[in-house]
Amino acid sequence: MTKTVAFPQNRTCPYHPPTGYPRTEEERPLSRVTLWDGRSVWLVTGHAAARALLADQRLSTDSTRDDFPLPTERASAVRRRRRAALLGWDDPEHNAQRRMLIPSFTLKRAETLRPRIQETVDRLLDAMVAQGPTAELVSAFALPVPSIVICDLLGVPYADHDFFEEQSRRLLRGPTAADTEDALARLEDYLGDLIDQKRLKPGEGVLDDLVARGSGDGGPERRELVQLATILLVAGHETTANMISLGTYTLLRHPERLAELRADPTLVPAAVEELLRFLSIADGLLRVAREDIDVEGTVIRAGEGVVFSTSVINRDAAAYSDPDSLDWARSARHHVAFGFGIHQCLGQNLARAELEIALGTLLRRLPGLRLAVPAEEIPFKPGDTIQGMLELPVTW
Amino acid sequence: MAKEAVPMRVSIDSDVCIGAGQCALTSPDVFTQDDDGFGTVVPGREDGTGPLVREAVRACPVQAITLHEATEESRA
Repeated sequence: MTKTVAFPQNRTCPYHPPTGYPRTEEERPLSRVTLWDGRSVWLVTGHAAARALLADQRLSTDSTRDDFPLPTERASAVRRRRRAALLGWDDPEHNAQRRMLIPSFTLKRAETLRPRIQETVDRLLDAMVAQGPTAELVSAFALPVPSIVICDLLGVPYADHDFFEEQSRRLLRGPTAADTEDALARLEDYLGDLIDQKRLKPGEGVLDDLVARGSGDGGPERRELVQLATILLVAGHETTANMISLGTYTLLRHPERLAELRADPTLVPAAVEELLRFLSIADGLLRVAREDIDVEGTVIRAGEGVVFSTSVINRDAAAYSDPDSLDWARSARHHVAFGFGIHQCLGQNLARAELEIALGTLLRRLPGLRLAVPAEEIPFKPGDTIQGMLELPVTW
Repeated sequence: MAKEAVPMRVSIDSDVCIGAGQCALTSPDVFTQDDDGFGTVVPGREDGTGPLVREAVRACPVQAITLHEATEESRA
């Protein structure tokens, strides 16, 4: 009798893969898992196979296909009818959207944003320290840092952050499908209004640049622009916020690694890369096969769903020695925490800059930083959304 | 003069490039991004020498970089 393995599953420890996911040698690179709707799909767990498959355009990200695997009823309610910009499209449409945005997310652009990111981080830590010595780090620091940075970059007024952070939360983990649909509608209405205002009175953000390209003439139509703005805003703050909160929690749970970082701040970039690998917060990439694909002798048939657990993939012992240990000296390069292939994270260079500055400065400014309550009591996010801490009470 | 290694040539297919910047991140001596965000080889570094060039080829999410033995023509 074969056991049924559910996907997605909750993590038991917020920084380790769910214990119920297949991780043995025999279960790599592919095994079978069952979704909420009873559908059986492939789970990719091998690092080499994952890289090959994520780069293989015979796999589609079109969530409006009937056979596309969606991980929750909530996601299904929204994405079966309407696909997200960028991630919901295959090439050539995806490529046309991505090319409009590439110049705004280069390494150089991320470098030029560093002073502004540093100012933001310093200001938030000043305020936190002034109100301390205890704080809830998610609301005081982890969420506002990327939220302010992405607002600045896109040209969205940060004054509206309570509104869009709340809609993002409901979109990614609302209680019901109807709630998620409502959150997406509100977010799109808000960004649609903002885009209309920008047509009349252009500013200097990425959204202003997109508006300025005009529709027709290769520029995006209003609807496409609204959908692009939505994904950029949501992806731009939720993911990095989770990396900051979960990264901090993980460091506080690994005092030796934390001491190494404090002793040698030049290790911060390597530590960020290793944390990206180790934490793999976007732990469920989704695809459907458009054609039969042979993977090391196993055939994925056209129409079959394929899901990727990045946390298991990034801990494949064939790719990383002693993969469950956190190690600044290893080369964490070639992890798939940002995905791989044409959909690899557009904002990854910005994310690295934010994480290096946020985590590096937090450790430097607060040498006595520690958890304010027992680690086991701190709530973290369920497995069906981006992984991270729900709250992080700290003291110093 | 010491025996030379086989001359190599590195190039990026900008039709395939998605501007992820992984080449420039991995091997900034050899790769950079142009104003449009596409990966490009630093002028004078087309010979693809450098310890991290192969790593950069592997880091490219869309395999847009090719590292191949230079032909007489491409060496010109």
